[in-house]
Amino acid sequence: MRTSSTSSRLLAATALVAALGLTATACGGGSDSSGDKSDPASLKGQTITYWASNQGTSLDNDKQVLTPELNKFTQQTGIKVKLEVIGWADLLNRILAATTSGQGPDVLNIGNTWSASLQATGALMPWDASAFTAIGGKDRFAPAAIAAAGAAGKDPAAVPLYSMAYGLYYNKKMFSDAGIANPPKTWSELVDDAKKLTTGGHYGLAVEGSNGSENIHHAFVLAKQRGSDWFDASGKATFDTPANVAAVKQYVDFIAADKVAAKGDAEYSQNQTITDFATGKAAMMMWQSAATSIKAHGMSPDQYGVVPVPTQTAGATGDAGVTSMVAGINLAVFQNTKHKAAAEALVKFMTSTPEQKILNGTYGSLPPVKEAQSDPAFQTPDLKVLASVLSSSAAPLPQVPNESQFETLVGTAIKDLFADAAAGKPVTDDSVKAALTKAQQQMPAS
Amino acid sequence: MQPSPMAQPKSFLWTRRVVLTLLLLFVLTPVYVMLSSSLKNLQDVQGSFKWIPHGLTFRPYVDIWKTVPLAHYFVNSLIVSVSATVFSVVVAIFAAYGVSRYRFAGRKVFTVTVLSTQMFPGILFLLPLYLIFVNIGNSTGITLNGSRLGLIITYLTFSLPFSIWMLVGYFDSIPRDLDEAAKVDGCGPFGALFRVVVPAAIPGIVAVSVYAFMTAWGEVLFASVMTNSSTRTLAVGLREYATQNDVYWNQVMAASLVVSVPVVAGFLLLQRYLVAGLTAGAVK
Amino acid sequence: MTATAPPRQAPEAGPGSSKTAAGRRLRPRAIERLRQIGLPYLLLLPALIAELLIHIVPMFFGIVISFKNLTLFFIRNWSKAPWAGFDNYRAAIKIHEPIGQALLHSFWVTLAYTVLSVALSWLLGTAAAILMQDSFRGRAIMRAIFLVPYALPAYAALITWTFMFQQDTGLVNHVLHDQLHVTSNKPFWLIGDNSFWAMVIVSVWKSWPFAFLALMAGLQNIPRELYEAAAMDGAGVWQQIRKITMPSLRPVNQVLVLVLFLWTFNDFNTPYVMFGQSAPHQADLISIHIYQSSFITWNFGSGSAMSVLLLLFLLLVTAVYLLFTSRKRGDADA
Repeated sequence: MRTSSTSSRLLAATALVAALGLTATACGGGSDSSGDKSDPASLKGQTITYWASNQGTSLDNDKQVLTPELNKFTQQTGIKVKLEVIGWADLLNRILAATTSGQGPDVLNIGNTWSASLQATGALMPWDASAFTAIGGKDRFAPAAIAAAGAAGKDPAAVPLYSMAYGLYYNKKMFSDAGIANPPKTWSELVDDAKKLTTGGHYGLAVEGSNGSENIHHAFVLAKQRGSDWFDASGKATFDTPANVAAVKQYVDFIAADKVAAKGDAEYSQNQTITDFATGKAAMMMWQSAATSIKAHGMSPDQYGVVPVPTQTAGATGDAGVTSMVAGINLAVFQNTKHKAAAEALVKFMTSTPEQKILNGTYGSLPPVKEAQSDPAFQTPDLKVLASVLSSSAAPLPQVPNESQFETLVGTAIKDLFADAAAGKPVTDDSVKAALTKAQQQMPAS
Repeated sequence: MQPSPMAQPKSFLWTRRVVLTLLLLFVLTPVYVMLSSSLKNLQDVQGSFKWIPHGLTFRPYVDIWKTVPLAHYFVNSLIVSVSATVFSVVVAIFAAYGVSRYRFAGRKVFTVTVLSTQMFPGILFLLPLYLIFVNIGNSTGITLNGSRLGLIITYLTFSLPFSIWMLVGYFDSIPRDLDEAAKVDGCGPFGALFRVVVPAAIPGIVAVSVYAFMTAWGEVLFASVMTNSSTRTLAVGLREYATQNDVYWNQVMAASLVVSVPVVAGFLLLQRYLVAGLTAGAVK
Repeated sequence: MTATAPPRQAPEAGPGSSKTAAGRRLRPRAIERLRQIGLPYLLLLPALIAELLIHIVPMFFGIVISFKNLTLFFIRNWSKAPWAGFDNYRAAIKIHEPIGQALLHSFWVTLAYTVLSVALSWLLGTAAAILMQDSFRGRAIMRAIFLVPYALPAYAALITWTFMFQQDTGLVNHVLHDQLHVTSNKPFWLIGDNSFWAMVIVSVWKSWPFAFLALMAGLQNIPRELYEAAAMDGAGVWQQIRKITMPSLRPVNQVLVLVLFLWTFNDFNTPYVMFGQSAPHQADLISIHIYQSSFITWNFGSGSAMSVLLLLFLLLVTAVYLLFTSRKRGDADA
């Protein structure tokens, strides 16, 4: 027995030394990125890796969309691009692994709500004035999109690539059948209309109740319309303010009190909202850039209309007039890249006006580059509405490092409130406040 | 096979009928749902469930190969799972033989240590392991991160502890007199292991192999971080049928069925080894 | 000689007998002794190396991290992360404050889930294995069918169950409500109180075939002669199961139950695929809980501390379990 305990202790010690040794070497990190100067000739023959996110109908579809464009880039610059399209289920974990080990792509797509969190890690190259100048200047981009690329007062961690916004999608035929002439402009109109539309197995509205991110996006807008935020200026969580409680309750009440959304919506998390809308089970939904999906589910574009999401009072402006979060995808350069100049060249290419037109046109999103917005591809009725939402009534989600905690905790809290509503349990100011307080207390101090 | 030594009373037969029928229903209902959903259009999949579907289409079975590089992922999964299984079972047989047949200092420590590795939640050592792989890659040039090799090594250890333990259990139940007799007959310890113990424990080894294979076959978390588009496995790849805005339910189900057919067929082939047991070995 | 050895004796044919048998060999004693000592270690070496690389070293790594304040600010440079002492642990075990409270809740949910799932899986596995011990028509095909849940990729199986549990359009409510009229309303299965039970059902569906497989293999090692002898003594089928089958399965059961317990306790796939990243309160398994507090939020110090606590608990359970079952087995080799 004595020998065995000695040997196990030895083993433990060896393992520990190995572990610590690895910790030390693991963090060598930052390779010298100063090596290559932006001499165009030297960029020729370099190969960079690009992680693209899933924007099209499948990963393969993304590959087919991006490959010809990247070939153009290679022709122009001589830089080869190794493309990998990564699904949303894996992207954040892959970025995490890359960040920790220092081995990752040179250029990557990120969800724009991740900007501040990733910025805090230092994994992404900050876009200072000179970097922006190299790609044509910050002014080329819509200010709202830039605001969603990092914490205020810091150099953005990424550059906007694709923009999206929420709109209220409504079924034209169901509206005219119910004798409703115009889509709602205020929430009380929406509830009134929805009540008229809720008959015989059909519902006025569909919501994605078990999707934490969707919940957050709507709660954010409803709170903003009340002039309320989820974090104060110092970055401290302020989840359970009366205005935030009212915002969350208003959203949950679509099922709980107004009963204009099906109880079953409380468990939706696989985009069943779109299915319900496209199949006529629900007359309205609030969604971002849904055109291609609606079509995939068999509803043609002339059967529905898109208007801005309602406000509390008609014609509200400023915070009260906010109708959407700034949704979209940003393009970032990995700080550890060994090919910084080549990586920046790719960003310049992807955000160039012609590429912006092609890519956003294909994906049904909106170009954050202002010059590209006038393209006829973005003049369809629904995109015109979404573009005006983006330019005049969209606000970025809180750009704080702890954004993901906010999404997880509050998103789950709202999901559980929806579950209560669906089970017929009362959802009151008190129960909403209790849920939000609990979420707030679990937020880290910083 | 052989005549049953048990005289089976009515109560036993009825219990068997009822219990097995219920189990069949329990097992097969989801499989039926998969099958019927895989034959529908995307528009119809999300509709109310009906036992007898209408408007069947084989379209999803054509589309699955285009939406996701399914064949490629399938080959990756097969390579990774089979290799991990073979290595894991061989390593486990040696270790289990040592633990079952020898008394030595550190025996308890070994078994407890190995078993305890199974208690550590995978999500915790995922990142450290990733770092270790990256570092091994940097210092030795052996690419473990993002390669099939890294995944094989990882998966082999996932099933190893339980494989060892299960095999110790099976080996223990094989009378020692059998391998002692073999040793007396002039076989060394390895001869006794491969001529006597392993053949007698074939059902156990097959069970353990199936376990090792399925552990590797279905693993999602590690594969999602440690693979890239060229080494991605099925378990992760199937999720690609759920894209940003659409979930191709019909294709997920069709693809799952298609990739499961070879596995189930393999199980069927292994069946007969599951029933050839100690009795057969002892008679020889 | 083999056939007449009583079965309860077989597993315990212990060190004594093997040494005397080896002693009869005619090799020089010193080499023989060296071989005797070295051989078992040689047999264990490959397993040890693999475990060291993949599990043990990263595990120590994880324990070190649990004492650090490893948040997203330090993720690029782990060694720079400030030491947190026992802060992460303190936050996790303060059960009257939200973080500790949530963890404790999650722990109880997981424990209930695990106990139920393991008990049911074991029960179904045992029942099926024993009932199918003797051949009858259709046994082979049935055995293959029973292994199907195990052969389906976990993601596909879980997605399908999620599909079936949908409140409005799923099969479960179609049967319960529309066809059998058991419930007056269509209940929810993926949110609220029932989500726990939905998760248990799915878990049993996924893991009972493994119990079945392991026990079926175990049954093969019971000598037929025992049953014949018992039958001659006038024991009926049920008595044979009780007196012969169950005791003989004990070594396999000992491992199997523990395996299922640990496996289910750390189960990540089931809640993750069924509920996404935010499980309902009633189904907040500890693996998802830790995933949220480390991977989603990139706060690995606190996630690691929770994991280490979990590890300690599982070690304790295992130790108690082994002590208890080993004594019952009469295994004297402590």
